[in-house]
Amino acid sequence: MSEAYLIRGGTVADAVETRTGDLGIADGTIVAVDDLPSGAIEIDASGCIVSTGLVDLNAHLGEPGDEAAETMVSAGEAAVLGGFTTVLAMPDTHPCVDTAAVVEHVQLLGAHALCNIEVAGAITVGNKGENLAPLAELAEAGVRFITDCGSGIQDPLLLRRALEYAKPLGLTIAQPADCEALSRDAHMHEGEWSSRLGLAGAPAEAEEINVMRDISLVRLTGGRLHFQTLSTAGSFAIVSAAAQSGLPISSEVTTHHLRLCDADLAGYDTNLKVTPPLRAAGDARAAMSAVAAGRVDVIVTDHTPHTTDRKERPFDHAATGTVGLETALAAALCSGVPHEVVLRAMSWRPAELLGLGSPEQRSLQVGAPADVVVIDPNETWTVNVAAMATLGTNSAFEGTELTGRVRTTIVGGRLVVDQGKVAA
Amino acid sequence: MKHLLSIDELTTDELQELLRITPSFAEVASRRIAKVPALRGLTVATLFYEDSTRTRLSFEVAAKRLSADTLNVSVASSSVNKGESLRDTAETIEAMGIDAVVVRHASSGAPWQLTKWLDASVINAGDGWHQHPTQALLDCFTLQQELGSLQGRHIAIVGDIKHSRVARSDVSAFTRLGATVTLVAPPTLLPPATETWPVTVSHDLDSVLADVDAVYLLRMQKERMRESLVPDLREYTALYGLTGARAARLGPNIPILHPGPMNRGVEIAADVPDLDQVVVVDQVRNGVAVRMAVLFMLLGSGNSGLPADSLPAAMAQASQAPVSADAESEEVSA
Amino acid sequence: MAERERKGAPPFGGTFVPKATVMDADQIRRAVKRMAHEILERNGGLDGVVIVGLQTGGIEPALHLVEALETIEGTRPPLGSVDVAFHRDDIGLRPVLPEAPTDIPTELTGATVILVDDVLFTGRTVRAALDALNDFGRPRSVQLAVMVDRGHRELPIRADYVGKNLPSARSEVVNVTMSGVEIGEMQK
Repeated sequence: MSEAYLIRGGTVADAVETRTGDLGIADGTIVAVDDLPSGAIEIDASGCIVSTGLVDLNAHLGEPGDEAAETMVSAGEAAVLGGFTTVLAMPDTHPCVDTAAVVEHVQLLGAHALCNIEVAGAITVGNKGENLAPLAELAEAGVRFITDCGSGIQDPLLLRRALEYAKPLGLTIAQPADCEALSRDAHMHEGEWSSRLGLAGAPAEAEEINVMRDISLVRLTGGRLHFQTLSTAGSFAIVSAAAQSGLPISSEVTTHHLRLCDADLAGYDTNLKVTPPLRAAGDARAAMSAVAAGRVDVIVTDHTPHTTDRKERPFDHAATGTVGLETALAAALCSGVPHEVVLRAMSWRPAELLGLGSPEQRSLQVGAPADVVVIDPNETWTVNVAAMATLGTNSAFEGTELTGRVRTTIVGGRLVVDQGKVAA
Repeated sequence: MKHLLSIDELTTDELQELLRITPSFAEVASRRIAKVPALRGLTVATLFYEDSTRTRLSFEVAAKRLSADTLNVSVASSSVNKGESLRDTAETIEAMGIDAVVVRHASSGAPWQLTKWLDASVINAGDGWHQHPTQALLDCFTLQQELGSLQGRHIAIVGDIKHSRVARSDVSAFTRLGATVTLVAPPTLLPPATETWPVTVSHDLDSVLADVDAVYLLRMQKERMRESLVPDLREYTALYGLTGARAARLGPNIPILHPGPMNRGVEIAADVPDLDQVVVVDQVRNGVAVRMAVLFMLLGSGNSGLPADSLPAAMAQASQAPVSADAESEEVSA
Repeated sequence: MAERERKGAPPFGGTFVPKATVMDADQIRRAVKRMAHEILERNGGLDGVVIVGLQTGGIEPALHLVEALETIEGTRPPLGSVDVAFHRDDIGLRPVLPEAPTDIPTELTGATVILVDDVLFTGRTVRAALDALNDFGRPRSVQLAVMVDRGHRELPIRADYVGKNLPSARSEVVNVTMSGVEIGEMQK
């Protein structure tokens, strides 16, 4: 049941313009303030940024199969608290999303979430990297992105077939770039710090080799490919050069790769064990400038919740990944890039890639869907995973002070976050 | 000092202090009644997730010489595997009221993680490829006995540096005591980014041996063959082993060290260990003294961060006064 | 040791500020000579006598005592040293590390051990030294020589040979070197 809202006095920022003013919402869409029914609830947004809702292209939501670490309900709360109105659920669940039946099951589960859940499918049956999943059936069920997660497809012939077969179906192949033969048994980035800490490392080249290989196969097939979680300076350079040459590729980076580096592993904090590993400080700087220059399309959370026991292990036996839905926006906002750049990478561009509409179509104009977020760019807070909505206990930013916080989130005209808390 | 986790976390003063007091412990260990009551009533647990009879024994003997009680927490090899929660083990130990935990673990960093869940002192007895600080201390002590001082000395560390916690610890300790270190290994057995280490690197053992004050040989593990890190042992020995001919060229005055156990015929020719200059037995003997010094420094010297309000009333009162009431040596200035 | 402790370990640290000199070098030399005579008189010579200095303050007085004995008797008794760091009753409470290895040059069973220290105060160090000597045999007797007895005993221990009895306030500090004995206080 959607109410009417009047968001007052904020800086309304969308892909078309940035203006100071009020925003009216009624019946799930943006309306002219004059057309608001009487009794519209006022939301004070002075000093705040009002934006279209954020879209996360890479989140692992636990359900189905890992409900101890996360459920659609907890993930949905985490998402809207983090400003996300749409989240693309990764298919590496149990069961894996490799048939239309599982897609529909996840869509039904996703209906319990406060945000919109889009479902990504697997490229191969069981994410095993052996036989293609029924891609046409998945596309028919509403899947737009397919990915095998993990290290991505290792067999170049299989990847070629996937790119070719998926092309007419309108599917985007999404995959991390990781040459397993070079990164096997690695627990961190290879370099000065792996050398010092005595941990086996994966060189940047393990990622870059597959970036180059995948670009070649895109050139060969004309298929669309989205690079997930790029992390090295070399990868950003190679991908942006290829994208400029007109190939149908796009790319993403996580907020933890923007903000953290391998030197942070000195205390063996397993919450900082992620895939791909935190790279050298220079790679993080390269990621930041790639975001600032628009050479990376999207900032993602790669939200990967775990229960405590999977992280309270020796570093080389600990699970990889960090939660991110509730910290990503703040981590990106206080990185020093202008907020328009952050919103482009976290809302306008991922929505476009996911087929939710062009930045213009999703701008906050009368008649647009009311997925809206109000962000206080100046609120400073300290990350405390125990107080967050996610059931996951593993935050790479635990204890970090961040600036920028979501005050209000409206999904489809429904107020789901009010005053920074999940609305009752 | 609460824990001993790595050589890097010791200040150079602490490193030198540990080496300075080690002879006092060596003297105790050499007594007919080799036991002093220093750590009476304290309990030291050895928690070994990896087999190492000699290191465990060395710590146990050291603790017993100081009258500490010792416990072996036996960790079934099955639980070492993926399912093991370090925290569960730590909390079990904590509940037993143990004062210090000596931990050996195949995973780099495990001792750091234990400190998060333990009030007890943690002593790293080797973690993965990372650190083995008491080995470095005993190596420094042995080299000081042989060379007088490490200042300005040139030490070659030969063998599988990449996977060696001994090398990582020794490089840090030797260089901080003023020695220069050359690592000698095939490129596949060197860690990444050695240019960030305070060492020079060589692939030519013979030229390095022409100009060294001591040689440190590392154990060459046969598993490395399977990983294609070296083609075969025969070739490794030819290029990087201390053969009889190389030992002869080295002359009788250059000490040869090895952390043990030695692979005779691989990194060291079968009869070389019997030369006088091979100080492996001294290393083992010194290991006990150094570990006594470490245990005493952590548990017996009052440096472990004991809060003032836990002192007995008389002590607390004394700490108000300029001089401790029960400390005669206090007012004696040298 | 004292210097090291003061530097490294507040609240016990500080600087020694002397108030008065209570013995000068000549008085110390004469006191050592007298104590040497007393030792010889009591033990009927140097037969079976071993001098053991306590680390660190007792080392220098012990050496001077040995030299005085040699001058008088023409033979030099064995000289050793004992570090009580491992036998203290306040281990773990105060930052005390061993200073130098204990060095007992001869079998003590049946010997007459003269323990030498600079200052006798609470008696706890001497108690620890008696303990430490146990590991080296069973002496026929142990006697105690100190340069200064300043009182404030906390254990039933007394000195057999005393350079000087020096009444002091508990908070005062006595500083003994072979060139003089000073009394003063520690200041932060």
